[in-house]
Amino acid sequence: MSGTNVASRMRGLAVLAGVAALLPLVLVNNYYYEVAILVGLNAIVCVGLNLLIGYAGQISLGHAGFFGLGAYGSAVLTARYGWPPLAAMAAATFAVAALAFVIGRPILRLRGHYLAMATLGLGIIISIVVATEDRITGGPDGMAVPPLSAFGLTLAGERSWYWVIAAVLVLSVWLALNLIESPRGRALRALHGSEIAAEVAGIDSAREKLRVFVVSAIYAAIAGSLMAHYAGFITPAKVTFFHSIELVTMVVFGGMASTFGAVVGAAVLTTLPQALTVLKEYEMAVFGAVMMLTMVFMPRGLVPTLSSALNGRRR
Amino acid sequence: MSLLEVEGLAREFGGVNAISDLYFSVPAGTVFSIIGPNGAGKTTLLNLLSGVYAPSAGQIVFDGRPLSGRAPHEHAAAGIARTFQNLQVFFNMSALENVLVGRTLHDPCGLLAAMVRPPRLTRDERKAREEAATLMRFVGLTDWIDADADAMPYGALKRLEIARALAAQPRLLLLDEPAAGLNPVETQGIDTLISRLAKSGITVVLVEHNMRLVMGISDHILVLDYGKCLAEGTVEQVRNDPRVIEAYLGAAASA
Repeated sequence: MSGTNVASRMRGLAVLAGVAALLPLVLVNNYYYEVAILVGLNAIVCVGLNLLIGYAGQISLGHAGFFGLGAYGSAVLTARYGWPPLAAMAAATFAVAALAFVIGRPILRLRGHYLAMATLGLGIIISIVVATEDRITGGPDGMAVPPLSAFGLTLAGERSWYWVIAAVLVLSVWLALNLIESPRGRALRALHGSEIAAEVAGIDSAREKLRVFVVSAIYAAIAGSLMAHYAGFITPAKVTFFHSIELVTMVVFGGMASTFGAVVGAAVLTTLPQALTVLKEYEMAVFGAVMMLTMVFMPRGLVPTLSSALNGRRR
Repeated sequence: MSLLEVEGLAREFGGVNAISDLYFSVPAGTVFSIIGPNGAGKTTLLNLLSGVYAPSAGQIVFDGRPLSGRAPHEHAAAGIARTFQNLQVFFNMSALENVLVGRTLHDPCGLLAAMVRPPRLTRDERKAREEAATLMRFVGLTDWIDADADAMPYGALKRLEIARALAAQPRLLLLDEPAAGLNPVETQGIDTLISRLAKSGITVVLVEHNMRLVMGISDHILVLDYGKCLAEGTVEQVRNDPRVIEAYLGAAASA
């Protein structure tokens, strides 16, 4: 597991890039592209969230709030104030990072259930603000968002968007993998393993937690901002508590402390409901059963369980 | 010259004085042992010295600088490292990574650099891994360099904690019962290891129940009883102190 870590993770990155490059061969129509883009956007959020939950061991039930603020930040700045989309995206992301920094400082002192409650509260406040400030956000009816354009070019069509999202996802995974294999990433894993031992090894746990909280919020904000421009229309549905839970579920389902697990979790839990629509009214029941069975038989999540089974066979 | 000065140190927990009015100093380059019956406050004292607990009163002066009330990571930055009586290993990491975490203070790396991984970081990481592996060999963990921490036996984990503490290149090393739970052969090995550490110039504060180990390698012994200093001095002085014999050694000798 040690020594060869970097090499094996970079192989994983190559596999991810390969899958992203070849996927269009099976994406036969725009609907498939749409699902693939949705998978990519969720995966970006989950890769960031997994740094916080899986590696640093800190829960957040409010990340849909950061995702939503990224989306609405871009939407409001472009649609209401006429900002160029890239500038709006940068400003929204920066604002979310600043918010996460300010809020994270007091709430990351909390542990376990208390941190869950605090982040839950944060997410709910954001979602209420988005839903009620209807003069700015359009309220429950949502609002239209201009397309992503820069340097005189406008990004349009599912196919173009697919490549942009795929590139951002591969970049997100690369950055996350690097972080985990660095002294900073080890500090995060250490404070997950034993906070007291991490502290006496010279790790400022409060500072490390705050940093990773901000990083994960930035991942969510960028994904949110991209989603707003891609969809061209946003509603508060993606800012709700339910969406926060969905994101955490994807991380846990794919496998905590596994970056590729976060991607696979996002892929499975985004596509499964689409595939299960043929079951009509039984859709949610089957969806729930799949999740329960997975967690019963693979408590560590999909990717860690499968990869250790494969390694075991190889030995 | 004394590296560590403890002046009037006290710590109470809900009205109970776990440590009260303690004075002692640890000269640089020596092995300073703390002994005493169960509940005497030995681990509390180590927790105070490493910043895990803040003192209720008194001062801890390390290398001329007051440390009391500072966070554990600030104690670490000042040059104090420790091991734990009840293991605090990072079981979610490999053995080598556990040792690497110990060097965090000496691997300055910003968040952005960590994420984009410039070539310099790759080089630094390779060097850090080599040094950590060397340290594992030094503490006798040659066979476990590629192991995951959760696959290691108890005795090896005890050594792993020592390697992790040493990775911080501390000036003062606090060892909390490094031989507890080990068989006589393993204890002998730890004994040898601590002697080698002491010879290398590192100052050691040792909390230990194994009297043979303590008497064999200490320069100075502090005997705690009910959080107070019962006796302090060289091995000979402590061994012959009637109060110590009565409170602690005598009980063991007659048993």
